[in-house]
Amino acid sequence: MQFVFAGASGRAWVLLAILLAVLCAAPWLAGDYLLTVLITILYLAYVGQAWNVMMGFAGQLSLGHAIYVGLGAYAAAVLYVDFGIAPWIGILAAIAIAAACGALIGYLAFRFGVGGVYFAILTIAFAEFARIGFDHFGWVGGSAGFFLPVANYARNDLWNLRGNPTMFYYVMLALTAAGFALCHALLRSRTGYYWQAIREDEEAARSLGINTFRYKMIAVVISGAMTAVAGVFFAFYYNNLFPEQVFHISRSIEIILGPIIGGIGAPFGPIIGAFLLTGASELMQNVLIAIGFDVPGAKQVFYGVALLLVVIVLPGGVWPWLAARLRLSKS
Amino acid sequence: MAGRETAIEQVVEMNELLEVQGIGKRFRGLLAVDDVSFRIPQGSIFAVIGPNGAGKTTLFNMIAGVIAPDRGRISLDGARIDGRRPDEICRRGIGRTFQLVRPFLGLSVEDNVMIGAMLQRPDLRAARRHAHDVLERVDLVGKRAQIASALTLPDRKRLEVARALATDPKLLLLDEVMAGMRPAETDRMVSILTELNRGTGLTILLIEHVMRAVMALAGRVLVLHHGAAIAEGPPGAVMREPAVVQSYLGAEAIA
Amino acid sequence: MPASIYFNVIISGVLTGLVYGLMALGLSVIFGVVRVVNFAHGEMMAIAMYLAIVLFNTLGVDPLVLVIPLAGVLFVLGYALQAGIINPFISRPEYSQFILLVAIAIIITNVLLIIFGPDARSVQTSYSFDSFAISPVIVDATKVYAGAGTILIAAVLFAFFRFAPAGKAIRACADNYTGALVVGLDVKRLYALTFGIGAACVGAAGSMMVLLIDVTPALGPAYTLLAFIIVITGGLGSMPGALLGGVLIGLTEALAGLFFTPSAKSMFSFGLLVLVLLLRPQGLLARKT
Repeated sequence: MQFVFAGASGRAWVLLAILLAVLCAAPWLAGDYLLTVLITILYLAYVGQAWNVMMGFAGQLSLGHAIYVGLGAYAAAVLYVDFGIAPWIGILAAIAIAAACGALIGYLAFRFGVGGVYFAILTIAFAEFARIGFDHFGWVGGSAGFFLPVANYARNDLWNLRGNPTMFYYVMLALTAAGFALCHALLRSRTGYYWQAIREDEEAARSLGINTFRYKMIAVVISGAMTAVAGVFFAFYYNNLFPEQVFHISRSIEIILGPIIGGIGAPFGPIIGAFLLTGASELMQNVLIAIGFDVPGAKQVFYGVALLLVVIVLPGGVWPWLAARLRLSKS
Repeated sequence: MAGRETAIEQVVEMNELLEVQGIGKRFRGLLAVDDVSFRIPQGSIFAVIGPNGAGKTTLFNMIAGVIAPDRGRISLDGARIDGRRPDEICRRGIGRTFQLVRPFLGLSVEDNVMIGAMLQRPDLRAARRHAHDVLERVDLVGKRAQIASALTLPDRKRLEVARALATDPKLLLLDEVMAGMRPAETDRMVSILTELNRGTGLTILLIEHVMRAVMALAGRVLVLHHGAAIAEGPPGAVMREPAVVQSYLGAEAIA
Repeated sequence: MPASIYFNVIISGVLTGLVYGLMALGLSVIFGVVRVVNFAHGEMMAIAMYLAIVLFNTLGVDPLVLVIPLAGVLFVLGYALQAGIINPFISRPEYSQFILLVAIAIIITNVLLIIFGPDARSVQTSYSFDSFAISPVIVDATKVYAGAGTILIAAVLFAFFRFAPAGKAIRACADNYTGALVVGLDVKRLYALTFGIGAACVGAAGSMMVLLIDVTPALGPAYTLLAFIIVITGGLGSMPGALLGGVLIGLTEALAGLFFTPSAKSMFSFGLLVLVLLLRPQGLLARKT
């Protein structure tokens, strides 16, 4: 875990700056298909970061993170379609609702000493509860779905998030960069140190005066709120919401794949994980199409195998291994 | 209460940092601690000894807030602390170490102590400076960049002491801190603790098995046996009391 | 509604719940002894169910007859899984184990999806539509057979853990890992044996379950969650608890389906889970440690 929390060396920052520059220039360099792939990568990198705050920083395994995506998505979408409220304002509602949900889950879990596997099961149960609940929630369309008016590509309306993929690309890039900066700042703050202490040894942390309940709650609430912002983006990018998809456990698993493959704990982990995973899966999908074996489920099998390999061979994830090789960490 | 005490007793009470009165704890039929009372004056070093199973750890855990006593009161600086959570107890001024040492293994020595220092110093730079100071006092400052998992056991013990010290405690609780160390290392720890006590007036409560350390450090010793206090006083006197000798011999005869 | 409808629903729920309980029993045994969270539990049941369907369709063998063979197949699968892949993970951090089994679950579910497709499959036996009438109650024959099968298997299992040397050795491992090592028990082999037994329960439950419900690949994750809810409700490590939990969940679902819409029935199971986690996290029948 040493590399996970160690500061990044000068080298790493240089590489990051180069990456950022390349990403900024991407719409001119990449075709339409590649651009949508990049949007997916950035989206997964961002939600992976958000999930990472709970798991990598505070050590609480959430397998139901899709609930925050869904809540954020529905909140902003409904406010826009039914009340004409722009998504940038809708984000505030999304954050508030997700924070409340996170606080509820956290309170139930931490006040009653529910941890480890029980906590993970609790998060799955909540996400499933939301999925079935929204299926029956007629006011937002129920299982038939909730729809946003499809965007008119000719004009980019940033305020209402209506526009062409390039606009969405820059929004997602900005979001991912902001998320990264936030995580970096958090890790370096007193809260970040306290999270690391709790993650290492909760009882020892308490013996140092740390109110572990409060800090675990903070992690859950921040993680949920960050994820809900991604949900807002999700709603306005895809323009339709179905409870079966948005709250489904596959979404929750997708969210954790990046950080696990890339490395839990360091802000770089989810980013690398997202790139590797999405890159490899798109590649594999194209190969499968070429040999005529593109069936539903093939991509998921690939994810499963990738996860299996990483957890067996590189349990800390790719980032620590890579950082050691390329000397990207201050140790 | 106050009316019944003499003036001298009142003065003495004002210097008591920790007061344990009639503490008891039962675990499903086993009386682990039976009506134990003692007082620790400010600035002193107090040791609790006794054979295995005497109730020392239970007593320790009740003071540290890990478990709540069934009966009795514990007061720090006049304020009751029995039944409070461990983190509250630390905030009120008690630092503790663990019998099976528990540093934050994935973090550096410096980070370990900084986290302790952050209790009283939310500003990270101030916390780091204080961590340095504390590490100097336990003679670990040279290893501050090392990862805790790379340290030997004696170093980990000193790290834990440093980490607890960084919270600026009024009372330091040490749970068998000398266990598993060779005589030279024990002596080093003893000299560090002595220096802390003399230099900063830190009050120390030790649970200990290693008599060498007890004799060298403690001003006063409490002996527990089967959960009850059987002797209290200066170490030399206590160790000569027949009841105490009997309790240790008896335990060894069975073991 | 006439009272007989309530009785029918209740009995039906209890019997189905017994089979859920058998599935969950496997999980309880695995977690209680090996302390591994088997996130692929429901997926293993899906494997058993698909196997039953394939064997029924190709060889015409009745699922009830397949109970023992499928239990055997799943036993081998579970044993191999534990011995080959999971054993090295015992000393790793908890979340590593979860992720390992989540990965296996994902692979199983999607391989089943690729092989069988997403459509529901089921089995039609000669007695699929029979029922027993013990007035005022009418019960499906399939449910009665499944319920009876479960009780029989549970009894055998109980006897095994109580009287058989291997069974007692396994309980020793569960109670005191280090002690078991000291006494010279081959813990790794016993773990594999336990996982095998847990998987065998799932195999048996699965071949009975095909008589009661249709199977799709998505069943795997749903039943993993259900198994956990049952085990947490009934108490981890408690075999009667798993059965009791199963019956409770079966009842809850049946009654919820009656009073509300059937599709919302799992919400009540989740509600029960949250209640149990808060009020009595060790479960209803757990031993006090």
